[in-house]
Amino acid sequence: MRRHRSNLLAGLGDPALLGAALFIALLGIAMIWSAGQVDIPSIVAGAWRRQLAWLFISLAAFTVVVRVPMRWLEWATPWIYALAILLLLLVLLVGSGPNTRSWLRFAGFSFQPAELAKLATILMLARILGSKNDRPTGLFDLWKPVLVVVAPFLLVMAQPDLGSALIFIVILVSALFWAGIPLFTIFMLVSPGVSLILGFSAPVWGVWFVVVVIALYLRRPFMAEAVSVAIANLAAGALAAPLWNRLAPYQQRRLLVFLDPDVDPRGAGWHLIQSKVAIGSGGVTGQGFGQGPQKRLAFLPEQHTDFIFSVVGEELGLIGVLAFLTLLLWLLRRVLRIATDSGQGFGSLVVFCFFAVWFAHLVINVGMTVGLMPVTGLPLPLISYGGSFLLTTFVGLALVCRVAYET
Amino acid sequence: MTGGEEVRLSRARRARAAAVVLVTVTLVLVGAFFRLQVLGGGTYELQSRNNRLRPIPIPAARGAIYDRNDELLAESIPGYSLSLLPAPPDSAHATLQRLAPYLRMDSSSIEAILERRARNPQLPVLVRDDLTFEQVAAVEERRPEFRLVVIGTHPRRRYPAGSVAAHVIGYVGEISEQELDSDEFVEYEAGRVVGKQGIERTYESLLAGSAGTRYVEVNARGSIVREFPSDLARSAEPGTDLKLTLDLELQQFADSIFPEGDVGGAVALDPRNGEVLLLYSHPTFDPNLFVGGISTEDWEAIRDDPGQPILNRATAALYPPGSTWKLVLAALAMRSGAAGIETYMPTSCRGALQYGRRPFRCWRPEGHGPLTMSGAIMESCNVYFYQLGLRIGLDPLLAGVDGLGFNSVTGLDIPGEVSSRFPPSRDWYDRRFGRRGWTESVILNLSIGQGETEQTLIRMAQFYSALATGQSPVVPHLLQSELLERVREGWSLDLPEARRLELIEGLKRVVNEPGGTAYWHRPQEWTLAGKTGTSQNPHGEPHSWFVGFAPADDPRIVIAAIVENGHPDNQTSRAVPFASQVVSRYLRNAGVPPDNPLEDAGGPVSATLTGGGP
Repeated sequence: MRRHRSNLLAGLGDPALLGAALFIALLGIAMIWSAGQVDIPSIVAGAWRRQLAWLFISLAAFTVVVRVPMRWLEWATPWIYALAILLLLLVLLVGSGPNTRSWLRFAGFSFQPAELAKLATILMLARILGSKNDRPTGLFDLWKPVLVVVAPFLLVMAQPDLGSALIFIVILVSALFWAGIPLFTIFMLVSPGVSLILGFSAPVWGVWFVVVVIALYLRRPFMAEAVSVAIANLAAGALAAPLWNRLAPYQQRRLLVFLDPDVDPRGAGWHLIQSKVAIGSGGVTGQGFGQGPQKRLAFLPEQHTDFIFSVVGEELGLIGVLAFLTLLLWLLRRVLRIATDSGQGFGSLVVFCFFAVWFAHLVINVGMTVGLMPVTGLPLPLISYGGSFLLTTFVGLALVCRVAYET
Repeated sequence: MTGGEEVRLSRARRARAAAVVLVTVTLVLVGAFFRLQVLGGGTYELQSRNNRLRPIPIPAARGAIYDRNDELLAESIPGYSLSLLPAPPDSAHATLQRLAPYLRMDSSSIEAILERRARNPQLPVLVRDDLTFEQVAAVEERRPEFRLVVIGTHPRRRYPAGSVAAHVIGYVGEISEQELDSDEFVEYEAGRVVGKQGIERTYESLLAGSAGTRYVEVNARGSIVREFPSDLARSAEPGTDLKLTLDLELQQFADSIFPEGDVGGAVALDPRNGEVLLLYSHPTFDPNLFVGGISTEDWEAIRDDPGQPILNRATAALYPPGSTWKLVLAALAMRSGAAGIETYMPTSCRGALQYGRRPFRCWRPEGHGPLTMSGAIMESCNVYFYQLGLRIGLDPLLAGVDGLGFNSVTGLDIPGEVSSRFPPSRDWYDRRFGRRGWTESVILNLSIGQGETEQTLIRMAQFYSALATGQSPVVPHLLQSELLERVREGWSLDLPEARRLELIEGLKRVVNEPGGTAYWHRPQEWTLAGKTGTSQNPHGEPHSWFVGFAPADDPRIVIAAIVENGHPDNQTSRAVPFASQVVSRYLRNAGVPPDNPLEDAGGPVSATLTGGGP
């Protein structure tokens, strides 16, 4: 698949992918412009201009990063990772934000270290799992990748930023999956996490535990693995309630509201109810670009960031939703193909992890607007307003394109 | 198979799995959007509308009220109202506080508005409906401060005739809690203006019209963004205009000649069709004060007035009928054959009648001498009627009177009429005084309209209507309606026509023959037939009554009038000249040809407001 073209486009690796990303980002800016057309004036009105500026910065970053050979990057990975962990520690001390300490500000700029940490963790995992000589198979062989993820995961949880923390789990699972770790090993690894979630309901957790035990019995791993997994599941089930109590009230509300938005229709449930009303009232053809009453009259909250897709649904209807989803699906499919076709261990893993992270963002964000997912505050890649997220997305795309170029 | 190829193969399998997950999950998302946007589109569209549209009621203009000559009695004039949109209590309170200086509201009225708001928090609450253009302009200039405020046009009631017809027209006011709870007002919302008294109350359903609705779009903070042209909007349907039987000019005339400083009332009917021509009560009040809520000072002034201006003395006040009652006795005696118009009683009047151990007095201490029934009517001799009552007997008297409607309301079409009272049977006395606590001597007082009887003016007018026409009287009504003209009372005098005419002759003598008790105030051009009355009462000087009709041979107007404490002595009977002048005024305006040749007239005619007898 190596392309021997020496022109400028070839240097971009996969020009079609970049073109699609650019197109989606411009559509996103159009939606952000629309999101600013509100009867109550707010800073959202000028957000599209700022996003456009960030798009130029992101493109500049892309053209630089796409020229960095993957070998150099692999070499620099530990340093990047160390920097990311340092910044995560720093943000816990001096960070700022509405509900969480997730933002670092300096020289008029603000960014989320968690974004860099996602990138660094992807690189670090790819470096560990990508070397062909040392392919782990057993549960206990996974201590290195688990450790690499657990460090940033705990630091992000401490902010606390549940949504981003979830992405680290996605990175871990997708990296292990793409590295060829047996599915059953991954199952054993994540089963305590599932226990933690199901621990709120004793009967449901009981069923899950029986499933785990039967699976362990049928697949017969090493006794030490089986015993550890069983104990971890028991412990997680028992810890669920105390951990729940340690969540911030706004996080508890968000999770409860996901189960039933009407428990708090004026508070946490407001977002979800108004988003569903906005999307539902869009119908097939939508209320017209810039015309959505839910958005225009400020019933729809966070209309330029977390709930930008509700504006799509309200104003462009099912047709617009399908168009946006098709574009994003095409982009993700192309990223997946690049990961599949790459001959490198490191590069392929990096690309697949980005695929998984973006896909998770898409599912969680879009799922949230229709009530399929809890309100976690994860933005929609390329479309939601947010400079540092757009920048890291384009840096990720640069890495994907570089891998495509080196294939 | 090298390790690299193995990795690549397994990778291809994993890539397929990932692609399947990608497509499957995306399809689930698309399904969710399909469910919301296609299957639930209508519901969510409706919710989106409910979110942002607020209905604003458009009040309907009340129907106008006219008198029988199309003179305006009540109208709706344009005014401005100010309402607050639904909002959290705090912001409603803050807005009201900021409005207070422009609308001159104090903290108690703000509290009252907040209370009303709390009863129906989903609807706009009416703050004021009587704003001037200047006040509206002042608020509009400061629009950004008052984003919750809706200004609308609000028809305002005005009563151009003022106090003259207040007891007939009544007034409007904001609907009360009790009214809101009643079945009649199920479709009314708090803050609506409804008829409270009089015609406004009786014909509320006709006058009210139906309120319309317009919609405004509000944003998430509840501020109005714009008018929303909705297909659900409805314009207001104005109420029906009503035409009354009342004669405003006559009403004003009565008001102008009512004895100054006196208290009383009058009612005049057209005996042919039950139309109420005059319904006047003095003192009266200005109904315009009640529109938009009466102020505390005004209300206290009306409430504390010893003349009780609110009381409708024509329908809601009870008086002993006095000598006007004597015609009831005469009619009953004729009907039973106990006496005729030329019958003398055994005892002539020497100023009193001894019954048992007690003398029952006549008003004339020197006595009337021997009198026929006709003469006794003319001179209003008590001694004659004591004996007539005794001759009829207690049981026939009680039963006969009860059969003439004297224990009931007439059913006039304004609220507040009270029932007249007359003992219906012996049992009533037994219950009241005990079986041995009374004697048949009650007949004597009952025979001259004293004792255990109290009547309203309109009830007495009904009896004289029956006398004037010889038919069951039409139930009196204020609304002009052919339907109402066909509703009659369930009784008639049941007297042969010749006997009835004899009684009318007697009534003519009262007014038209020297010595008659109303002779000094007879009208110049028409023959008035009627009866004066003096009703003893515990509150001071006797009340002065007059009930009669004219022209006597073709009655067009029946009048019953009373001036409280208007009979201080035998020379003064203030109701008589008043009633006589009202009758003349009406007949003149109605173009009724005079039936009384001028050359017959002797003595002063309606020259003075004093003089005459009972």
